[in-house]
Amino acid sequence: MSMNFLTYLISGISLGSIYAIIALGYTMVYGIAKMLNFAHGDFIMVGCYVVFTIMGMFNGSAVGKIAGVFVAIIVCTLVGVITEKIAYKPLRGASSPLAVLITAIGVSYLLENAALLIFGSDPKSFTSVVPWEGVAVKGLKIQGVTIVTIVVSVIVLVVLQLFVHKTREGQAMLCVAQDKGAAMLMGINVNKTITITFAIGSALAAIAGALQCSAYPALTPYTGAMPGIKAFVAAVLGGIGSIPGAMIGGIVLGVIEILSRSYISSQLADAIVFGVLIIVLLVKPTGILGKNIQEKV
Amino acid sequence: MKDENKKSKMLSIVKEKKASDISTYIIVATAWAVFEILIANGMISSHMKGLLVPMVYYAIAAVGLNLCVGILGELSIGHAGFMCVGAFTSVMFSNIFAETFPAPVRFFLAMMCGIAFAALFGFLIGIPVLRLNGDYLAIVTLAFGEIIKNVINALYLGYDKEGVHASLSAPVVLDAETGKMLINGPLGVTGTPRDANFSVSIVVLLISLFIVQNLMKSRDGRAIMAIRDNRIAAESIGINVTKFKIYAFTISAAIAGAAGVLFGHSISTLQSTSGNFGYNISILILVYVVLGGIGNIKGSIIAAAVLYLLPELLRGLSSYRMLIYSIVLIVMMLFNWAPSVRDFRSSMWMKIRRRKEN
Repeated sequence: MSMNFLTYLISGISLGSIYAIIALGYTMVYGIAKMLNFAHGDFIMVGCYVVFTIMGMFNGSAVGKIAGVFVAIIVCTLVGVITEKIAYKPLRGASSPLAVLITAIGVSYLLENAALLIFGSDPKSFTSVVPWEGVAVKGLKIQGVTIVTIVVSVIVLVVLQLFVHKTREGQAMLCVAQDKGAAMLMGINVNKTITITFAIGSALAAIAGALQCSAYPALTPYTGAMPGIKAFVAAVLGGIGSIPGAMIGGIVLGVIEILSRSYISSQLADAIVFGVLIIVLLVKPTGILGKNIQEKV
Repeated sequence: MKDENKKSKMLSIVKEKKASDISTYIIVATAWAVFEILIANGMISSHMKGLLVPMVYYAIAAVGLNLCVGILGELSIGHAGFMCVGAFTSVMFSNIFAETFPAPVRFFLAMMCGIAFAALFGFLIGIPVLRLNGDYLAIVTLAFGEIIKNVINALYLGYDKEGVHASLSAPVVLDAETGKMLINGPLGVTGTPRDANFSVSIVVLLISLFIVQNLMKSRDGRAIMAIRDNRIAAESIGINVTKFKIYAFTISAAIAGAAGVLFGHSISTLQSTSGNFGYNISILILVYVVLGGIGNIKGSIIAAAVLYLLPELLRGLSSYRMLIYSIVLIVMMLFNWAPSVRDFRSSMWMKIRRRKEN
């Protein structure tokens, strides 16, 4: 195996870890609220701008970086929860599932254009939140942010798995995901559970945003849109609603994207990524780890 | 007695539907007449004039997508891909035969060419895609749309006396004298004759309206709507689900292709960028369909026209216009769809009606 290939593979896993963190939020929201939150990608962008602003206030010091990430998590959580309360909750039980989808698109436009008004359309250059140079093993140089991204995604996965399976709130999420009506009858506060899910998903978007902008440091109001779509593809690839599935899907997607960008064509990389999604769904329509639910008459 | 009542009720519903169909044609024709009069009297700015053709092709695309989303009941967010196919094939046709045919004949043939290729793509993509359901189907149509856009964006295509040259990675080298570049990678297709104007676009819109509205009333259309309402029940009474799904999807793609042909012929340089054919455009058209009313063809046209012109009408508010547009979109969705608002509205109606009766 050549050195180049290893480098590409590692940066693929790193990019995939970012997709995975976003996809975890996507998949949880989809599993529980049964909606495609098209604005999820824009929560990432909001997080990035918050980190950027706070870091600017502290002149890029280490305190500023930590504070930036924390404030971004809080702001994104608030944005997610408020969006859910104002824009999505009133549409629960609407006669068409498309209604909430279009509203999510409206929220996405709203966030993008608000950012455009506040920060302008010129790309902001983002300083990495990871002030570590990285390591070099036998000529193989791995950047600090790459390692941190992979480690963070693993921690997020483990914590989420523990949260969902070990806590009362997590169990409530599983119940709501399976059958909202029955969960309500069992005394589970469905509204509260959905709010918690949105809060977690949005907080994860903030973390993903900080890591993504550290690796690819050009920040515009549209920064989050494509990663958001890719993360959704990752969630579908892994089997939507499944937490380990989102992780696997994200990493598979990231590796394929980087490898095809390096070896085939940078212009066709996205086409190849989407091609893989189509092939997987045609072979296994519920994704890699998705459960097959038979339609009943 | 009871049966007769039922029969007359059914007849009145049919009549109402017919009236609604005809009113759609009248609305489109009236809009055309009004804009033509305004243009003739110079009461419309040249900027506004430039928006008329796009307004119509978005309306056509919305009619096509409504056939897929509203009547077939399958969510597609890849229709911009079919627009892309229609636009590029027809524009290439126009460029190759620029000198051969007089302009109207050439545009008609280019239109047929674009529609045929879009339909072919719709058919080929429909076969695998329509096996999936719901949001999975949506994401796969999105994927196909993005693949079409990206591949055409990377494609270099030209011909000379030695034949056709195509490449996905580097510009093709052509014989200097006989060579003709068709698609120049990301630079796209240049020098297309601008054959599409407002009147032609309106004619195309009327034809696609005619096709979709008549399809809805036909036996095939009822079969398609039966599949939408209950797939398993439709299958159990002998409707060939796969056939009708692909049938509707193909027509829907063909209409999107027609919109693409108009798009390609209304600008002189056609590029396969995200701004032209990305998933954002598919979503934009979906917004028109949902706000106009899912399955309501007339609504799609009105929503497309109003929403396309809305940001332009808000131009006075300069940088705030897109922000206001997004807020209007959210508020309209909540107003139209939220169950609590709907209950409130119907209770208000009841009150008004009761007051009138008293």
